[in-house]
Amino acid sequence: MPFYGVDLKSRLLLGTARYPSPKILGEAIQASGAEVVTVSLRREAGSERGGQSFWSLVRSLGVRVLPNTAGCHTVKEAVTTAHMARELFDTAWIKLEVIRDDDTLQPDAFGLVEAARVLAEEGFEVFPYTTEDLAVADRLVEAGCRVLMPWGAPIGSARGLNNIYGLKALRAHFPDIPLVVDAGVGVPSHAAAAMELGYDAVLLNTAVAEAGDPVAMAKAFAMAIEAGRMAFEAKPMEPRDMAVPSTPTIGRAALGDRR
Amino acid sequence: MSQSRVIVVGAGVAGLCCALELSERGHAVEVVDRGRALGDGCCSWMAGGMLAPWCERATTEPVVATRGAPSIGWWARHFPGTVRKGSLVVAQPRDAGELQRFAERTENFERIDDARLAELEPDLAGRFRRALFFPNEAHLDPRRALAALAEALHRRGVPIRFGVDFSAATSRHELIVDCRGLAARDALADLRGVRGEMLVVRSRDIEFSRPVRMLHPRIPLYIVPRGEGVFMVGATMIESDTRGGPTVRSAVELLNAAYALHPAFGEAEILEINADVRPAFPDNLPAVRQEGRVLHANGLYRHGFLLAPSLAREVAERLADLVPSLETSSLEMIDADLRERRPA
Repeated sequence: MPFYGVDLKSRLLLGTARYPSPKILGEAIQASGAEVVTVSLRREAGSERGGQSFWSLVRSLGVRVLPNTAGCHTVKEAVTTAHMARELFDTAWIKLEVIRDDDTLQPDAFGLVEAARVLAEEGFEVFPYTTEDLAVADRLVEAGCRVLMPWGAPIGSARGLNNIYGLKALRAHFPDIPLVVDAGVGVPSHAAAAMELGYDAVLLNTAVAEAGDPVAMAKAFAMAIEAGRMAFEAKPMEPRDMAVPSTPTIGRAALGDRR
Repeated sequence: MSQSRVIVVGAGVAGLCCALELSERGHAVEVVDRGRALGDGCCSWMAGGMLAPWCERATTEPVVATRGAPSIGWWARHFPGTVRKGSLVVAQPRDAGELQRFAERTENFERIDDARLAELEPDLAGRFRRALFFPNEAHLDPRRALAALAEALHRRGVPIRFGVDFSAATSRHELIVDCRGLAARDALADLRGVRGEMLVVRSRDIEFSRPVRMLHPRIPLYIVPRGEGVFMVGATMIESDTRGGPTVRSAVELLNAAYALHPAFGEAEILEINADVRPAFPDNLPAVRQEGRVLHANGLYRHGFLLAPSLAREVAERLADLVPSLETSSLEMIDADLRERRPA
């Protein structure tokens, strides 16, 4: 499923923060095969756009940049950051984060919807970071979002998919909107599980950046995401309550000792 | 004194360590810096001064530990104020996972309980149930350490001239050791700045004997005691080369974290609040690079005091290869050097 008209081969989107070094970041992106990376603007920007050298390092990796509004608490901050991002990275894409409070990093659904509407009207292609709440998702689509990015679990928590039922419901409710699990993914099996639910992609950062070997972990995630997607397309069997032997037992000859 | 043939540009920790290493190996050296005085415009002045090679393993490549460990002895020999009492790592109860993660990534530590913690740092008694103790680590006051290096150079007859805008093009020196940090960007295209913010506080209520790191998923913090109730609190890591003053947010985060470590910091007096930019290469590791008669020693990132001695050694070795005639190769000199290095 294309993201705002862009077809991507890789279903892994990688964040660029907290790697041991830009060099390792570059190697991890390469190993993961990711075609899209997110870049945080707000903190790095400073007054004179002091983050330029880091951003040009990221740009030199030849991947598509999805700038984000991480650290924004209000609609105004998020919109200003999005404007700056468009100018700096020459892209209409924006990963929209509006956070309620710094401790929980929970998305502020109200601010998010409002900022999404403002930005979509201005021609931005918005990737909103949200919860799995159906009503909020509905509002975001109504505001003009054509991609949704529900969390698996709170940012950086490595808890995996906290509400599988909610994520499934979201998938069923929006069959034609690309859905990306963003945040909370800790290990490759979490990412595979998201893909098995029929999600279109997974976005993660800390799980790779803070792994002992980020490059190997990036590769592991890429493989898990590919496996999860393949499993989804292969239509997995449904779980049952009872054991079902894989070979018929009736009429089988009794062999060996009887205990 | 003979005419110096090697000039070291930059009187930060890299420049002073290089100058001292070269002087000890018998080279006639001089140092110039564009600042008005020691520490002016130099990011070493804002450093934490932790010599923590094993803690650093949590976020860096193994080479930082292997190259950094010998620097503890180097500093102890060159700066008597080097404190070898180890360092502590703690975490709030809800971040216990961070402590476990840190332990998995690092080495040369002891897991200690609250009783042992209270023995080591009485003011932390009752505040943390568990901690990691890295007994072999050390710390120093970077400003006093830089002054001690300058003094040692002075004693050896190595001139340090401030307020000099050095130009390699017009210099007659046979060899230039460029330790300008981020200012060397004109010659090192892949050098970038990583901003750090720090503050210095004075508390009348608490005293630590060694650096304490408090882990946090987003706002890790360290506090380095400078003696007499003075503490350095650091430091942020932001991918930006903006030099301006600290942001309110960074200051709030650092202060909050200090307060969480011990509420007595709430009553401490803020003596200083500052920001500067560390020079870093893409791999965040220091390097010596040669360009004609210039040796660039740069990219110490956040490991200035930890890795400068090893960088200086590398410069001295490269320099010897480069211009064999410059090496005095006087056996007496080498003997003297070895004698000085041997612990008494």
